[in-house]
Amino acid sequence: MSLGLPGWGLVLAAALFALGLAGVLARRNLLMILISIEVMLNAAGLAFIAAGAAWNQADGQVMFLFILAVAASEVAIGLALALRLHRETNSLDADAASRMRG
Amino acid sequence: MTGVPAIFGWLWLEPAIPFASALALLAVGRALGKRATAWLGTGAIAASSAVALRVAWSYAGTGGRGFTLPLWQWFAVAGFAPRVALYLDPLAVVMTLVVSFVSLLIHVYSTEFMAGSEGYARFFGYMNLFVASMLTLTLASNLLLLLLGWEGVGLCSYLLIGFWYPDEANGYAGRKAFIVTRVGDTALLLGLFLLFNRLGTLNLQLLMQRAAAHWAPGAAAAETAAFLLLGGAVGKSAQLPLQTWLPDAMAGPTPTSALIHAATMVTAGVYLIARTHALFALAPAAMSAVAGIGLATLLLAGCSALAQHDIKRILAYSTISQIGYMFLALGVGAWAAAIFHLMTHAFFKALLFLAAGVVIQAMHEEHDIFKMGGLRRTLPLAYWCFLFAGASLAGLPLVTAGFYSKDLILWSDYASPLGSTGLWIGALVGAFLTALYIFRLIFVVFYGPEREPPGHRPGPREQWPMVILAFLSMLAGFIDLPRALGGGDWLSRFLQPVLPTLAAGRVTELGELATDAIAGLVFFAGLYLIWLFRLQRPALTAALMAGAWPQRVQRFWLAGWGMDWLYEQALVRPVVAAARTGRNDPADAIFAGAGALTRGLNRGLSFWESGRVRRYAGWIAVGAIVLAALAVLG
Repeated sequence: MSLGLPGWGLVLAAALFALGLAGVLARRNLLMILISIEVMLNAAGLAFIAAGAAWNQADGQVMFLFILAVAASEVAIGLALALRLHRETNSLDADAASRMRG
Repeated sequence: MTGVPAIFGWLWLEPAIPFASALALLAVGRALGKRATAWLGTGAIAASSAVALRVAWSYAGTGGRGFTLPLWQWFAVAGFAPRVALYLDPLAVVMTLVVSFVSLLIHVYSTEFMAGSEGYARFFGYMNLFVASMLTLTLASNLLLLLLGWEGVGLCSYLLIGFWYPDEANGYAGRKAFIVTRVGDTALLLGLFLLFNRLGTLNLQLLMQRAAAHWAPGAAAAETAAFLLLGGAVGKSAQLPLQTWLPDAMAGPTPTSALIHAATMVTAGVYLIARTHALFALAPAAMSAVAGIGLATLLLAGCSALAQHDIKRILAYSTISQIGYMFLALGVGAWAAAIFHLMTHAFFKALLFLAAGVVIQAMHEEHDIFKMGGLRRTLPLAYWCFLFAGASLAGLPLVTAGFYSKDLILWSDYASPLGSTGLWIGALVGAFLTALYIFRLIFVVFYGPEREPPGHRPGPREQWPMVILAFLSMLAGFIDLPRALGGGDWLSRFLQPVLPTLAAGRVTELGELATDAIAGLVFFAGLYLIWLFRLQRPALTAALMAGAWPQRVQRFWLAGWGMDWLYEQALVRPVVAAARTGRNDPADAIFAGAGALTRGLNRGLSFWESGRVRRYAGWIAVGAIVLAALAVLG
C-alpha cells in the first residue's frame, strides 16, 4: 500500500486524535484532560501539515499557526479553570464539578 | 281566656327545667360531686314530673279541650313565622305523664346503676337533655318545634349509645343509629316541606283542619305527605325497613336502653302518626302501609328475638316487635289503642330493661343468657320483675296491663272497618311468638342449674323504681278496661276528643270477649310450649336444634333476617367503594396528567444535563463521528 509520506502523516494524525479523545473521555484528572486536548489539537495540526504537504500549499502551515495560537490561549484558560476548581473542590476530578446537573 | 287553669301558664317549665339542668350538668358537671349530680339530675326530672302531674290534675276537669300556650315567635322569614308554642290536649297529657314518670324512675335507678361508671355528670346531662327534648316533642304545637324535639332526642340517643366511647364498637353503634334514623328524618323533613307548601302552615291543629278541608280522601298530595311522615316514624320507631339500628343501640348503658330505646323515644313515631291521624285518615294507602309495616315488623322481630343470645338484644327485638303492634293499631285506625299500648309498653319494657341491668351487673357485665342460669333464688327481685313484666309483655290474661292493651289492638285489628281477619291472625301469631321468646329468656336465665354466682346485688335506689314499675306493669291496664269485661275504657274516653274511634266496625263473627279468650289461649299455648321445650323436656330442644335446617333458620334469625348484611352489600359497600375511588380525584385526571407529563419530560431531559464534562465530551465525539460517517458514506 503506497500512501506516501502525507498519507502516513494523516494516519499518524488520526491515531493521535483518537488517543487524545480516549484520554479526554477516560481520564478524570483535569490536567490529564488538558494534556489530552493538546494532543488532539496537535493531531489536527499534523493533519493540516500533511494536507498542505500533499497539495503543495502553504495554507496547511498557516492553519497550524492558528491552531498553535488557539492551543496556547486554551491552555491559559484551561489552567486557570483547573486552578479555580482545585480551590473550590480541593481536587482535580472533573466529575466533582457537576453541581449544576439537571 | 276564661276557664283556663292558671297552672297551664307554667306548662313551659316541663321541658325547661330538665333543659336548664342538662346545661348546668354539661357545663359544670365535673365540678359537682356525684351526690350533687344525682340530686340535680334526678331533682330536675322530679320537678318536671310534678308540673306534669299538676297540669294533668287541672286538665282532667276541662273536658278534653285543646289549650295553646304561645311563648314567643321563633323567626319570621318571607311570610313563614313559626311560633314557639306548646299545645296541651289529652294526648299530650298522657304522653307527658308517661315520659316524665318513667324518666323519673329510670333516673333514680341510674343514680345507683351508673355510680361506678366514668362520666357520671355527662350521663345525667344527656339524660336530662333527652327528657327536655322528648317533652318538647310531645308538647309542640307545630311540626317545626316537634322536629326540634325529634332531632333533639335523636342527638341524645346517639350520645348515649356511644356513651362508653373508648370502645370503638359503641361509637359505631351510635353512628349507625344516627345515620339510619337520618334516612327517616329526611323523609319527615320533606313531608314538612310538602305540607307547608300545600297548606301554608305547620301548626298541627290548623294543618289537620286544612288537610281535611283541602284534600279529598285518597288525594295524591295527602298520600304523599302521609307516606313521608310515615318514613320519619319508621326511622325513629325502628320499624321495617329501618329497624337495624335498634339492636345495635343496646351498646349504650342499660338505663338508656330502658328509657330511650324502649320506653319513650322509639315510640315517638307512634306519637307522630297519632298526632297527625287526621292526615292519615285521608290517605288509605298510607294507612294500609302502616298496618302492613307493623304486622311484618312484629312477626320478623318476634322471630329474631327467639334466636338471640344477648339478653339486651332479645329485649331490643321485643321492643321492635311491640312497636309493630302499635303501628298495626294505628294502621287500622285504633289510635287510642296504640297510645294505650305505648303506655303499658313503656312500663313493662322499662322494667324488663332495668331488671336486665340488675342481672347484667350481677353477672359481671355478661350478656349471654346461656352463661346465666338459676338466678331465681339469688336475685329474687329481678326474677319477680322479669316474671311480672314478661307476663305483661306476653299478655297474661286478666291481671296484666299488657293483656288489656294488646287485646284492644287485637280486637281492633279484627273489628275495625280497616281491619281484617288476616291482620288479626298475624297479630295472634305475634302474640304467640312473644310468649315464646320472653319465657325462653326467663326460663334460661332464672331456672335450671346455677352457672355463676351473682356478684353485685341491687341497692334500694335500683329496687324501688323496679317495684313501682312492676305495679304499673300489672295495674296500668285497668285504666282502659274494656266494657265487655265490665270496665269503663277510661283512657279511650279521655283520648276521645283527640283520637276518635272509628265509626262503625266490621260485621264480625266473634265478639270482643271471644277474641280476648282466644288471645288468652294463644298466650297459654306459647307458655306451655316453651315450658315443655326449656324446662320439662330440654331434650326436645336439643333434638329440634340437631337438624341442619333449624340451625340455619336460627342463624338467619340471629342475624335479624340478614337485613344488616343486605344493607352492607347494597348500600354501605358501594358508598365506601365510591368514596375510596373519589379519594383519588378521578375527575382531576386531565390536570394531574398534564402535570405528570411535564414532570416526566423534565426527568427525561435532565438525564442529558448530568453536569459531567467528560460525558458531554463523549456525546460530542459520538455526534462528530456520526456526522463524519454521514458525510463520508452519504
